Amino acid sequence: MPRVLLIEDDPSVREGVELGLRRRGHEVRTAPTGEAGLAALGEFRPDLLLLDLMLPGMNGVQVCRRVRESSQLPIIMLTARGDDFDVVVGLEAGADDYIVKPARTEVIEARIRAVLRRIEEPGSGRSAVEFHGELAIDRAGLTVAKSGERVALAPSELKLLLHLTAAPEQVFSRQQLLEHVWEHSYHGDARLVDACVRRLRNKIEDTPGEPRYIQTLRGFGYRFGPL
Amino acid sequence: MKACVSPEPGTEPGTEPAGADASGPAPRRRRRARGPRLHPFGLRTRLVLAFLLVAAVGCGTTAALTYRAARNAILEQTQDTAVSAFRDQVDPLVISLPVDTRQLRDSLLVIARQGKPRPWRVYAEYGTVRVSSTDRPTSSVITPELRARAQARPATPHGSFQRVVKNGKPYLTMAVPAVFRTHATKGTAQPTGLVFYAVMELDEEDANIEAMVSAARDGALPALAVALIPALIASRGVLRPVRELRRAAHSMGRGRLDTRIHAKGSDELADLARTFNESAAELERSVAELRDAEARARRFASDVSHELRTPLAGMLAVTEVLDEDAGSLDSDTARAVRLISAETGKLAVLVEDLMEISRFDARAAELHPDEVDAADCVRKTLQHRHWTDPAQVVPYLEEGIRARLDPRRFDVVVANLVGNALRHGAAPVTVRLYAEGDELVTEVADRGPGIHPDVLPHVFDRFYKADQARTRSAGSGLGLAITLENVRLHGGTVRAANHPSGGAVFTVRMPL
Repeated sequence: MPRVLLIEDDPSVREGVELGLRRRGHEVRTAPTGEAGLAALGEFRPDLLLLDLMLPGMNGVQVCRRVRESSQLPIIMLTARGDDFDVVVGLEAGADDYIVKPARTEVIEARIRAVLRRIEEPGSGRSAVEFHGELAIDRAGLTVAKSGERVALAPSELKLLLHLTAAPEQVFSRQQLLEHVWEHSYHGDARLVDACVRRLRNKIEDTPGEPRYIQTLRGFGYRFGPL
Repeated sequence: MKACVSPEPGTEPGTEPAGADASGPAPRRRRRARGPRLHPFGLRTRLVLAFLLVAAVGCGTTAALTYRAARNAILEQTQDTAVSAFRDQVDPLVISLPVDTRQLRDSLLVIARQGKPRPWRVYAEYGTVRVSSTDRPTSSVITPELRARAQARPATPHGSFQRVVKNGKPYLTMAVPAVFRTHATKGTAQPTGLVFYAVMELDEEDANIEAMVSAARDGALPALAVALIPALIASRGVLRPVRELRRAAHSMGRGRLDTRIHAKGSDELADLARTFNESAAELERSVAELRDAEARARRFASDVSHELRTPLAGMLAVTEVLDEDAGSLDSDTARAVRLISAETGKLAVLVEDLMEISRFDARAAELHPDEVDAADCVRKTLQHRHWTDPAQVVPYLEEGIRARLDPRRFDVVVANLVGNALRHGAAPVTVRLYAEGDELVTEVADRGPGIHPDVLPHVFDRFYKADQARTRSAGSGLGLAITLENVRLHGGTVRAANHPSGGAVFTVRMPL
């Protein structure tokens, strides 16, 4: 069962979520502030970070950035709906998904599972490493290299890239990507997709303003290539 | 809770006999902004006309009086001079009767040369004898009336005269009878039967009078033109404040309550401007107070929901624990625990809905539009809510419509309408989706008893309960209000009505 680090300042939410997840078999460590959470990170070595955005002192977005500087740990933000600006900033900072509070434990757990789920390989007979232009994608080892140099991708970025490259030149709508990559409903927040595409472009494109690999089809969605 | 969010009067859906309509942008009856209008009989025109009329009457009267006096003076002087000159010419004549035509003609020619103040033509008549100083024996200008007067008895030795206009030319005709005085008549003049006539053209006098008329006209026209200037100045003096007042009233009507007029002077218009300014200030103050109160109420509702959300987040996370363990508790405790769990869930929905409404009220609701397949969108909504049983919900979805909408908000709209139909109407609920013109139409109809006409105008009101005694339903009481706001945010309309064959029909129209 995955190890979850929960950073949440409100004691009742902290305790409630911890209790609910622990009942479902997760190993949970909690921290009331961003600073305490970052300190616990090295020692607890979680599989996933549940991060409240509104924190006293160092806020959730800053914590998110700090974590991303050194690791590709899956991050799910806890937020209140309507804090739209925070969601966008958090996603830009590198969070993989977000959950709107209040949420039932089953919802939280479903998101955790979705973020941690590995992309299933569509065909088994494929070679492990695929080359697309200067990109080398290792589907088995789940690594991506550009011009021989390894690119560090967050889980959502990696999953999106793998999903798009599995069918190059096929257009996927935002709703399809939400359903398949994030396991959200069709009516989920398309900004998740847009933010993730932006982050991915910054990492793999030569000029993110004129994308080669991940192209936008206005009104329809995204596709990989053609190169 | 009901007191927290009160329905905003401005957003109440309009009432129609057939249904309740709610339009996209808040139903503002905004008048078209108008530019300066041309009034054919406006204040300016009337003022100018009045000034011109007064000036025209003044000029006209003066000219007419002057003209009459001057004309009379000119004509009388000419007449008097002519008549007395003629008499002076006729009197000394020695006439022997019966008349000697030749001698008489010679005398006439002499008199004709003595015309005063202008030349005249002279005629003499005696019985049937006609003698003249010209080549024609008599003149057609001499009227029978003048002849009658000349031959009247007793004779009028000083003569009589008449002004005649013939063929547009004015003439002065004079008649002097030749008389004789005897001792028998004691010096009174006896007519001899011989009458002298003189005809003088008056065209020079006429020209003088004509000149006077044109002088009067030439004087009057500039006077009228000059009268225009004070008329325009006066109308400007009145119109400028009036125009300013109109502009200010218009601007206030558009919501700029800080509009004021520059009030100067001490006339009635300045008074009016000051009154306007005072009223505007008063209005601005009251509106500001109202707005403050409304903003406070909204902020309070938003704050309350915010504050409720945090404890709810903790509670909702543990309801599962309660549900799972309730089975092992004694029955009363288990019931209590299940109640708490169920109500926590409902409370969470209610608080979320309240938050959503507060965001609409604060105009903080954002639209995240995406181009989607409309039929897919509705299908996914029904699937997600497990409304897949054809006995419950029957979809008729036109395929292939690409629409630009916010999928999350559209999902809320469809889910609220279908959920509402299933709760208050009766299955099967039909969901129809089609494009009409440049609108996407979503129609949700049920087979229930329909909506009572009294209730129809209020179905989109917040927490509206058709039956005051009715207990809380499964919904938060905000579902249709949120639906309305979501549709408005898309620039669309939602309408509730009863189908002629029974059941309620909700129709959503959104621009494609």
